[in-house]
Amino acid sequence: MDIAVNTSQSKYHVNKKGYYGEFGGAYIPEMLYPNVEELQQQYMQIISDPSFRQEFEQLLKDYVGRPSPLYFAKRLSEKYKAKIYLKREDLNHTGAHKVNNTIGQILLAKRLGKKRIIAETGAGQHGVATATVCALMGLECVVYMGSVDIQRQAPNVARMKMLGATVIPATSGSKTLKDATNEAIRDWINNPVDTHYIIGSVVGPHPYPDMVARFQSVISEEIRQQLVEKTGKPDPDYVMACVGGGSNAAGAFFHFTDAENVKLVAVEAAGQGVNSGYSAATSQLGRPGIIHASKTLLMQTDDGQIVEPHSISAGLDYPGVGPMHANLYATGRALFLNATDDESLAAGYELSLLEGIIPALESAHALAKLKDLPLKPEDVVVVCLSGRGDKDLETYIKHLK
Amino acid sequence: MNRIDQLFQNKPKDILNVYCTAGYPSLNDTVAIVEALQQSGADMVELGMPFSDPLADGPVIQESSTRAIKNGMRISVLFEQLKGLRSKVSIPLVLMGYMNPVMQFGVENFLQKCAETGVDGLILPDLPMDEYESQYKPLFEKYGLHNIFLVTPETNEARIRRIDGVSNGFVYAVSSSSTTGKDKDMSHQEAYFQRLKAMNLRNPVLIGFGIKDSKTFREACRHSNGAIIGSAFVKAIENSANLQATVKEFVAGIKS
Repeated sequence: MDIAVNTSQSKYHVNKKGYYGEFGGAYIPEMLYPNVEELQQQYMQIISDPSFRQEFEQLLKDYVGRPSPLYFAKRLSEKYKAKIYLKREDLNHTGAHKVNNTIGQILLAKRLGKKRIIAETGAGQHGVATATVCALMGLECVVYMGSVDIQRQAPNVARMKMLGATVIPATSGSKTLKDATNEAIRDWINNPVDTHYIIGSVVGPHPYPDMVARFQSVISEEIRQQLVEKTGKPDPDYVMACVGGGSNAAGAFFHFTDAENVKLVAVEAAGQGVNSGYSAATSQLGRPGIIHASKTLLMQTDDGQIVEPHSISAGLDYPGVGPMHANLYATGRALFLNATDDESLAAGYELSLLEGIIPALESAHALAKLKDLPLKPEDVVVVCLSGRGDKDLETYIKHLK
Repeated sequence: MNRIDQLFQNKPKDILNVYCTAGYPSLNDTVAIVEALQQSGADMVELGMPFSDPLADGPVIQESSTRAIKNGMRISVLFEQLKGLRSKVSIPLVLMGYMNPVMQFGVENFLQKCAETGVDGLILPDLPMDEYESQYKPLFEKYGLHNIFLVTPETNEARIRRIDGVSNGFVYAVSSSSTTGKDKDMSHQEAYFQRLKAMNLRNPVLIGFGIKDSKTFREACRHSNGAIIGSAFVKAIENSANLQATVKEFVAGIKS
């Protein structure tokens, strides 16, 4: 697997200064400079090291259970009249793609000599994945989670605690993912020497967007290999993924960005409708600005205050999008669609009944847009099934008609 | 000459710079508080432009920002409030804020308005030094505005030199690795303050974060040209029934 592949020739990947086109950078207060500088200087060197790669690959295989299957969804394919494959990140240990990144970052933190790990979480999947690797490595773990999210994702809160993590509620602002991220950054400012911050998405200051995308790039690496086995060629016609901050999409798109014959489809959360005032469709509602130390598209008032997004899915409830995705949107390389809460619930039920797979509400957003693509019977479509739906059962049941 | 430079020329020691959030506790208190600070003997004022997600700030300043935004404070309103300021206030005024609202307002437009209303300097903690040098420095100079960067206990000597070279007015020395309003013990920072002092920077140094009373103020002044007080002042005026009196009492308490 090549998480350290040279992407310097690509206009869709990060450049030497930490930008994707006009997006990215590191808009950090001076208090964070030594930490971020250390990561910028060292991350490529560390992840290129053969001993790092070996340890990373071994853990992904034996601990996470990779490669995750690429499953041909026969009944779903019949319904949408195309060849639909599901990349089964839901079958990973801890139930989502998030663990790919936390394995990578905990190995990196160890090599940097860090003793304490902090993380933010929305749906709780990244928090669980972080608590898991901290238990595995015997490191202290503190997870910040919006107090609203703590209520709607109770099972994941319990899992984090059982795994030995301290869960601290973020009670400022909208009390969701954005605020949990603020609190984690503040913790890092207050603990600059011994602490590593494991960001869960392709957001934050450079090098996080690229570093997280690289750890998640195993998703598209495997898709290419698995498609060769199943269809005879590595490139599908479409790759679809949901986008909140955009980590599973970054991983699913990573090795396809420069294969322009592959259509990349990013599905954002429309919430109750893009123009309802209760939405998280950042590409449609956002303007360029700075959120969490990165220049990107974000939802904001005309005077630059970041607004509170809405999505039924806690993992997509974020008012920004990673700078890589902002650039994919601005360049037109990826098609940005959005799915409402209701469409996503329906897609979750549909996959459950057609394939016997209960998807995470986040992943259901991607599935919800199969109906909107002009698919032909010979089209090969890969949908990144980023996580499983156990954590969302209560929400699904509440909306069961 | 910029009012900040003038101040340090006339009074190189024991500078008291007080921070408050614009539009707090009530929308139209801003100018009255600046006036009261001058009358009470503060040497400089740092006005915070409220932002929804102030990463470098602790809970006290974040809450004051949230309240100020609810009150209706925004950059355009602040410039309206500051219009007649210079007929009443002569001490230097520095605006502090985060880049996103400034970007949305338009950087040059913002700097021009600062110059028009008599602002002397800016503290934009999330503006990278490289970006300032490559994109904005000539604009700051065009409008006669000083740009003030931060150093922390973790900043290495080479970078402190670079920051000192790029900053104008003064260098803002963060007392400990923390967000604003944290109660970290300053006595462990002796070595850091000594190191800064020994470097003989071209700019004056003001120490901020964790300064909250006359003891911490004096301690900071022992090592530098003065200090910045923020969270403690914001807390003091939160429920004040008589701002004038509260400000006077607060400043007198610090200087006692």
